[in-house]
Amino acid sequence: MAAPAAKTEGLYDCREAWVATLETLAASDERIVVVVNDSVGSSKLGGFQKKFPDRLVNVGIAEQCMVGVGAGLANGGRIPFVSAAGCFLTSRSLEQVKADIAYAGFNVKLVGQSSGVAYGELGPTHHSIEDFAWLRPLTNLTVIAPADPWETAEAIKWAAAHDGPVYIRLSRMPVPALDVPNRVFRMGKAELVHQGSDVTLIGCGTTVHLAVAAAEALKAEGISARVLNMATINPLDEAAVLAAATETGAIVTVEEASVRGGLGGAVAELTASNHPVPVERVGFPGFVPTGSVDWLFKEFGLSADGIAAAARRALQRCRK
Amino acid sequence: MTLQNDKPALIAQKALWMRRRAFKMVFDAQLGHPGGDFSAIDIIATLYFGVMNYDAKTPNMPGRDRFIMSKGHATGALYTALCAAGYFPEDWLDTYMKPRSMLNGHPNRNYLPGVETNTGPLGHGLPVGLGIAIAGQMTGADFRTFVLTGDGEIQEGSHWEAAMTAGNRGLRNLTWIVDRNRLQQGAGTEETNGLDPLDKKFEAFNWDVAMVDGHDPAALLEVLSAPAGDRPRAIIANTTKGKGVSFMENKASWHHGVPNAEQFDLAMKELV
Ligand SMILES: Cc1ncc(C[n+]2csc(CCOP(=O)(O)OP(=O)(O)O)c2C)c(N)n1
Ligand SMILES: [Mg+2]
Repeated sequence: MAAPAAKTEGLYDCREAWVATLETLAASDERIVVVVNDSVGSSKLGGFQKKFPDRLVNVGIAEQCMVGVGAGLANGGRIPFVSAAGCFLTSRSLEQVKADIAYAGFNVKLVGQSSGVAYGELGPTHHSIEDFAWLRPLTNLTVIAPADPWETAEAIKWAAAHDGPVYIRLSRMPVPALDVPNRVFRMGKAELVHQGSDVTLIGCGTTVHLAVAAAEALKAEGISARVLNMATINPLDEAAVLAAATETGAIVTVEEASVRGGLGGAVAELTASNHPVPVERVGFPGFVPTGSVDWLFKEFGLSADGIAAAARRALQRCRK
Repeated sequence: MTLQNDKPALIAQKALWMRRRAFKMVFDAQLGHPGGDFSAIDIIATLYFGVMNYDAKTPNMPGRDRFIMSKGHATGALYTALCAAGYFPEDWLDTYMKPRSMLNGHPNRNYLPGVETNTGPLGHGLPVGLGIAIAGQMTGADFRTFVLTGDGEIQEGSHWEAAMTAGNRGLRNLTWIVDRNRLQQGAGTEETNGLDPLDKKFEAFNWDVAMVDGHDPAALLEVLSAPAGDRPRAIIANTTKGKGVSFMENKASWHHGVPNAEQFDLAMKELV
C-alpha cells in the first residue's frame, strides 16, 4: 500500500505507540495475542512477531475469517487484538464485527490501522471514513480514536484491561503531541484541550490538533473557541456536548470521516433532541476524488482555516 | 511468418512498453504496486492484444469480452493496457495518483473507460465476473469473461463461494486466471496460508484446469484462445513477481516498493 508517512520534526506516527504498548502488555500477560490479515508490516507488528511468534495468527487475506477467529480466541480465554487496515477490518467483516464481536459480546480488541483517508491516492476502497457511522450503532462496542501517541498508548492499555469489545481507530498520519497538563485517560469522557465560550470545536483522532490551531486563529479575531477532544465516539460524552451547546451556543465537529453518521452525526442527533444549536460538521461528504492525504485534508476543510471558517458559519447562523 | 505467428511478438512488444511505462508511472508518483504489475503484464497484454474482442471507441459495446482486474492494486498493468488498447490518450498516464486524476490508485469505472468494475479490496473480481457470465448465459450472448486474480488474494472466501457457483452452473463462458507468483503483501503465499495444490482444488469445484507459463505469450495465447469446454476454466499462470527487473524479481518488498532514481535507471536499462 502507500509509502509510509514521512517523519517530521515534532510529529509522531501513533503506530509506534501502539506496538510499543502492545509489546509491553504482552510481555506480562500471556493471554494477549494478535490476529492479522497479511498485515504484519502495515500494522508495524514485525517486532511483536519476533518476540512472540506463537502469539500472532496470520489468517492471510481473509478478513471475515480474521474477525471470527478473534471471537473464537476470546471464547478460548485469550485477549485478541485483531489488527488490519481500518477499511477492510470494518467494512469487509462488518457482519462478523456486529454478530460475532458486538452482539455476542466477546472480549476482542479491533485495531483499525491507517484509518480515515491515510491511504490517500489509493482511493475510497482503501479509505475508512464510514467506520464511525457503521460501528456507532453497535451499542456495546466502545469506539476510540486517539489523538496523539500518549492517548494511543493509554487507549491500548485501557482496552487490554477492559472486559468487552473495543474498536480503536489509528492513523499513520504524523500528528503532534497535544499540550494538555496533568492528562488522565478517561474512556467516554471528552478532554478539554482549549478553553472558550463563543463556540465549541469538537474533534477526535487526527483532527484535534487542527481544531486547536483553528481556536488560536479565531482568538486573533476575538472569537473564543472551546476545543474538546472527543476520543471516545461510543459511548458519547453527552454531558460535555450538552454543556457545549448550552454554554457556547454553537458547535463545529471535525472528523477524518464521513460527515454522515459519525461524530458530527452523534452530536447533531443529541443536540437536536435536547438543546438545538447550530452544528457545522467538517469531514468528507462521501467518496472523495483521487488525491494525497494532505491534499484531501485541505480540499475538504480539515485545516485550521477550514475549521475556523466553519466556526464563523456556525456563529453566523446563531445571529439569524 | 503467418499473421497468427506474429501475435506473440506483437504481445511481447506491447508488454515491454507496458512494463516501462508502468514503472515510470510508479516512479513519478512514488506510489504503486510494481511487483504485481510486472507479474501480470504478459497475461493482460495477451488478453488485450491477442485474445479479447472489444472496441475501445465503444467501451460499452454489449457483445464485448469482459476483463475483470480483481487484483486492483496492479493499476500500472491495467492502465497501460487500456491506454495501449486505445481507451484513452497516453498523457492521461502522467496524471497517475495526482489530485482529481481519473487514474486513481485502484480502478474506478466511473472515471475510466474500459474498466468493467471497481476493484481494490481483494476477492471481489470473481463474484462480479460470475454475475457477468450468468448474464451472458441468460441472454444467450457469446462473449467471454476473463477474471484475473492474484494468488494471495484467493485466501478470501468469496472466491470459493463464486467458484462453487460457477462450477455448479457449468459456466463455460467464464475464465479465471490466477497470477501465481507465490508472493502476497508481506511474505510467500505458502508460508502465510498455503494454497497448493490449487489445480486439485479447482478440479474438485468442477472447473477445467490448465497450467501455463504466465510470461510466455505464445503459451498464454494458446490456452486463452482455446475453445470453451463444458464448464468454467481456471488457468494457473505461473509467474514471477517483479518479472523483468533482476533486483525486483521474487522480492516481497517490491509489492508496494517504489524505485529511487538509480533503481529506475537500472530498471530501464534491463527493460529493453
Ligand atoms: C480485502 C483486502 N485485504 C487486504 C488488502 C491489502 N492488500 C493489497 S495487495 C495485497 C496482497 C495481494 O497478494 P496477491 O493476491 O498475491 O497479489 P500480487 O502478488 O499479484 O500482487 C494485500 C494484502 C486488500 N487490498 N484488500
Ligand atoms: Mg501474489
